[in-house]
Amino acid sequence: MFRSLLKRTTFLNQLNKSNGFNRNYFKQSTLTRSDALSRHVETEDNNEHTPFDFTQENLVKVEKILAKYPKQYRQSALIPLLDLAQRQNGGWISLRAMDKVAHICGIAPMTAYEVASFYTMFNRTKIGENFVQVCTTTPCMLRGSGEIIKTCKSHLGIQVGETTPDNKFTLVEVECLGACVNAPMMCINDDFYEDLTSASTINLLDQIKNNKPTKIGPQTHRKAAEGPQGKTTLLEPPVGPTCRDDL
Amino acid sequence: MMNLGNRVKSVIKLTSTTGLTGKDFQATKVATFSTAQVQQAQENVRSYGGLKDKDRIFTNLYGEHDVYLKGAIARGDWYKTKNIIDKGKDWILKEMMASGLRGRGGAGFPSGLKWSFMPKTTSKDRPQYLVINADEGEPGTCKDREIMRHDPHKLIEGCLLAGFAMRACAAYIYIRGEFHYEAKVLEQAIDEAYKAGLIGENACGTGYKFDVYVHRGAGAYICGEETALIESIEGKQGKPRLKPPFPAMAGLYGCPTTVTNVETVAVAPTILRRGGAWFASFGRPKNAGTKLFCISGHVNNPCTVEEEMSIPLRELIDKHCGGVIGGWDNLKGVIPGGSSVPVLPKNICDNVLMDFDDLRQHRSGLGTAAVIVMNKETDMIAAIARLSKFYKHESCGQCTPCREGVGWLYDITDRLVTGNAKPDEIDSLEEISRQIEGHTICALGDAAAWPVQGLIRHFRPEIEDRIKQFQLNKKQSPF
Repeated sequence: MFRSLLKRTTFLNQLNKSNGFNRNYFKQSTLTRSDALSRHVETEDNNEHTPFDFTQENLVKVEKILAKYPKQYRQSALIPLLDLAQRQNGGWISLRAMDKVAHICGIAPMTAYEVASFYTMFNRTKIGENFVQVCTTTPCMLRGSGEIIKTCKSHLGIQVGETTPDNKFTLVEVECLGACVNAPMMCINDDFYEDLTSASTINLLDQIKNNKPTKIGPQTHRKAAEGPQGKTTLLEPPVGPTCRDDL
Repeated sequence: MMNLGNRVKSVIKLTSTTGLTGKDFQATKVATFSTAQVQQAQENVRSYGGLKDKDRIFTNLYGEHDVYLKGAIARGDWYKTKNIIDKGKDWILKEMMASGLRGRGGAGFPSGLKWSFMPKTTSKDRPQYLVINADEGEPGTCKDREIMRHDPHKLIEGCLLAGFAMRACAAYIYIRGEFHYEAKVLEQAIDEAYKAGLIGENACGTGYKFDVYVHRGAGAYICGEETALIESIEGKQGKPRLKPPFPAMAGLYGCPTTVTNVETVAVAPTILRRGGAWFASFGRPKNAGTKLFCISGHVNNPCTVEEEMSIPLRELIDKHCGGVIGGWDNLKGVIPGGSSVPVLPKNICDNVLMDFDDLRQHRSGLGTAAVIVMNKETDMIAAIARLSKFYKHESCGQCTPCREGVGWLYDITDRLVTGNAKPDEIDSLEEISRQIEGHTICALGDAAAWPVQGLIRHFRPEIEDRIKQFQLNKKQSPF
């Protein structure tokens, strides 16, 4: 179906060009491309024969996760277990890993696929060693996230959604990550890097590329969510409990 | 007869243009006549804001002190928790109702009342659950993050007290997956609390058994909706359920469940220790208490700060955020409560108070109190178009009006950024947003529609100008 659609668009394009028609005469809709695939793509490193099993260490964690939920509701552990499998598998989750988790939870594999494709944190295609997620939602956009994404693109030499040839970085745009006061920000693997500028972004990417330690959190003198010009509240040290008399 | 008909018509016309109901209309009339009374009220009016450090609940908001148990106890957490539990469930509910606390997650439902909806009897095969909504994903909001990473024991103690009051056997804290560090801090704090006997088999020595679990999500804004969150804990796609049955009747695993925001639960222990009356003494009536405000965007000093409810927006920005970049006159608009509420233009921002009722009156809302400030450099249309893109990305796809409509909203607003649209498309945009609003299972449809409606309501001339400009440029261009 896609192929026929493509054929049709090319045909229309040719028609437009060859006959000198007004380009606006033929309306053609563009193919919608989602930022994450909702279907499985058979590749060499992700097919039904790719082996996956939890390590001994992770099997202990599996039991710990399962213990959190009532015995008859093992499916509750699905999301934490998919996350565990993804971590073990290098940041992405393969077909066999989803099957394994479904087996542990005692559910149909399809249910695991459904969940893995619904939540954005599950990558079902291979990603680079460092998963660079730049927030571009309005609060970050107002503080210059456009500049940050441009810097990432030019410094890494890739477009959004691509992986560098050395497999070190994958760059994506994400929706609000909940650090708006410290905008603009990005998240690399599990760590938040906040209050970014172009210079500090380049610095960070270089440090990560050379396996050097990085400063997690705000990249300026800020410690947390206090303002860059300093605190306006909590100037006195905290005091002990204040309590009513009748307790 | 005809005269009477005309008069009725004119009243209807008048009320419909002002947006007031007949009753309000009468009330405003009465109010204008009693000027003496109004003057007296103005003299007695109390100004809000200026909360003292001794009245702040989150004393480690910026993480300068020990986050864990020892530091928390020194700051007054876990003090006389046993005594509070010994006072009984009804006492806790009564105090919470007296405090006037309204849910801090956005809807602003009275918390004491919500907690009292849980069934009064429990059976072993139908336990009751408390679920904490820590899926903080509303653009602009970053308050729960500060609580979880810098004051986790406030939340855990709150879980115990709220859970006890609603006869829950366990609390599940649903934290968004991206908050990896916050979840780690929280888990460590929970471990400490178990070891110290504060929760677990015999919580605080009261004989009451209560467990607290952390459940990490995996990146879906929609899981902040209470029923979607329950679905997600059950290991399914986060798609909201139809209500009724409400979670208080059939929630997590079909058992009675209450879902509350992190901040609501975290303030509860302090309210109970200091008394509902203390909390109610802040803010205007029905908007009681203190609140965490997160101010982001074009301000000199963006920060998260605890302030009194009903603080004027201008005072909040000038006092804590070092003012708008370029001065107050450089302000273009403010989104006062996270991305879901309509934007307010400068003339309203001059005087508006930051509380549920005053913002509601100006056709916006307090939401999560995430203030996004935009100065005159902002392309307002692009800012709202980006929010539409956000909702398009986050729609769960269950209800047709939202799944399809939000895509259309983004399509049109995105073209409006360059002005590549017909003038009557502004009206069809409004029409689409009205068709989404109220026609979906959950409030995401409304949340997607409101920012667009706010844009059209307050910035229509700007959109029209942009369209005109685009047409003009097009005519001049040879292509």
